[in-house]
Amino acid sequence: MGKRERRSAEPRAEGAFKARTRVMSAEDVDRALRRMAHEILERNSGSDQLVLIGMQTGGVDLADQLGEAIREIEGAEVPVGTLDATMHRDDFGLRPVMPEAATDIPVDPTGKVIVLVDDVLYTGRTVRAALDAIHSYGRPAAVQLAVMVDRGHRELPIRPDYIGKNLPTRRDEMVDVHSDGVDLGELA
Amino acid sequence: MTNDTKHLLSIADLDRDAIEQILNLTESFAEVGERPIPKVPALRGKTIAWLFYEDSTRTRLSFETAAKRLSADTMNFSVSSSSVSKGESLRDTVATIEAMGIDGVVVRHKDAGAPHRISEWVDASVINAGDGWNQHPTQTLLDLHTARTHLGDLDGRRVALVGDIKHSRVARSNVHGFTQMGAEVTLVAPRTLLPADLDDWPVEVTHDLDSVIEESDICYLLRMQLERQEQSYVPTLREFHNEWGLDSRRASKLPPHALIMHPGPMNRGVEIDGSVADLPNAVMAEQVTSGVAVRMAVLFLLLGSGLDLVDEKVAAA
Repeated sequence: MGKRERRSAEPRAEGAFKARTRVMSAEDVDRALRRMAHEILERNSGSDQLVLIGMQTGGVDLADQLGEAIREIEGAEVPVGTLDATMHRDDFGLRPVMPEAATDIPVDPTGKVIVLVDDVLYTGRTVRAALDAIHSYGRPAAVQLAVMVDRGHRELPIRPDYIGKNLPTRRDEMVDVHSDGVDLGELA
Repeated sequence: MTNDTKHLLSIADLDRDAIEQILNLTESFAEVGERPIPKVPALRGKTIAWLFYEDSTRTRLSFETAAKRLSADTMNFSVSSSSVSKGESLRDTVATIEAMGIDGVVVRHKDAGAPHRISEWVDASVINAGDGWNQHPTQTLLDLHTARTHLGDLDGRRVALVGDIKHSRVARSNVHGFTQMGAEVTLVAPRTLLPADLDDWPVEVTHDLDSVIEESDICYLLRMQLERQEQSYVPTLREFHNEWGLDSRRASKLPPHALIMHPGPMNRGVEIDGSVADLPNAVMAEQVTSGVAVRMAVLFLLLGSGLDLVDEKVAAA
């Protein structure tokens, strides 16, 4: 994960992430992913128009895993892409900004239901940037948001549609989603 | 950019890490160019002035396209329709433009070193778009990007740089850029078209194109710069073409994976045959496309990324 989320902290905060508590095990994450896959299919009456877009970099693996879960449940292939919204951020000049990876949107999103996937939802500014970015590719019928952890502290009117875990946090804490689960800690 | 985060004046100011950083960033911007709406708001509110004291088609349009795709505002300046024709000095012209509040200046000038001088006078970022015989750093970056797209890692690759080396800023930039990335550069030219100060150049030199062509991964042809030549350097253009031009016979001796590159504009029938310029491994059109993405990366790094903040932080720590 996590680089993005770490960077969203106060501009001057630097240092290594130090885990304090394991809040989700790998199995917890897996169960949450499968529940979210079911919820996505239920909400959209199947997988027909679905496109999963993983946010660079923390959401990319999760989007792949969600696509895999949907295939197991529904037996249908869902297009999975990636999106780097760096160029649409609103904090240029406030802190260093660099794109992490190229965007890959595998289908024309016009008329599709886009499910944006990210690991941690915090201020909502990255999602705002992603909404802008998606519209330079086409006009989706709808955009929905799936996150593994909603840690609160929204600064924009943005709300997730599918949540792995609600995790109330302090602003000075950090959330790290990785292959072994989810850790809560801080920068040391 | 590790060495100077504010200006891009010479490719020699960049080490391998800095070049790779720009080339990696170029991939992200190449993707922006393929979108249905190829525009991002990264440089919204920034103003860039073009200061072109010399003719240019592709570099100028390429920078203009790059700036617009990043949502920057641009100010045009051309010598013939400006106060320069009334005798205004370079320094006064630059001061006037800067007084209007600009963030970047892209300079092309017939005198080597003009962009360096300007960078001493202004607070804005200065980007060298070609100064005399000296440097053309964004051309080198786009050539490296094009070459890497086809050949991958350039370590150990052989580059033949052919033609008018003496008058070519592209040659001076590219020798540094390609060797910095691990390639081996051979200059191929008649004695009269080689520079006098070759001792410091990290290159091989030959006068015989046929002796290197079969082992070249890149055959890079330079334009015969007739406008910079005050005397005759070759007996006739036809003779130059016969000895150092890439015709179809020579092109057929290149390895199958080899690239034919040219910075443009081409003199068909002089350094390159018309039929060779249209071969599938002649990548001139791709060079132009890469140029937009590379210049977006450079403009973004210098004007938008805030990377100088990183350096300050490192320095403070």
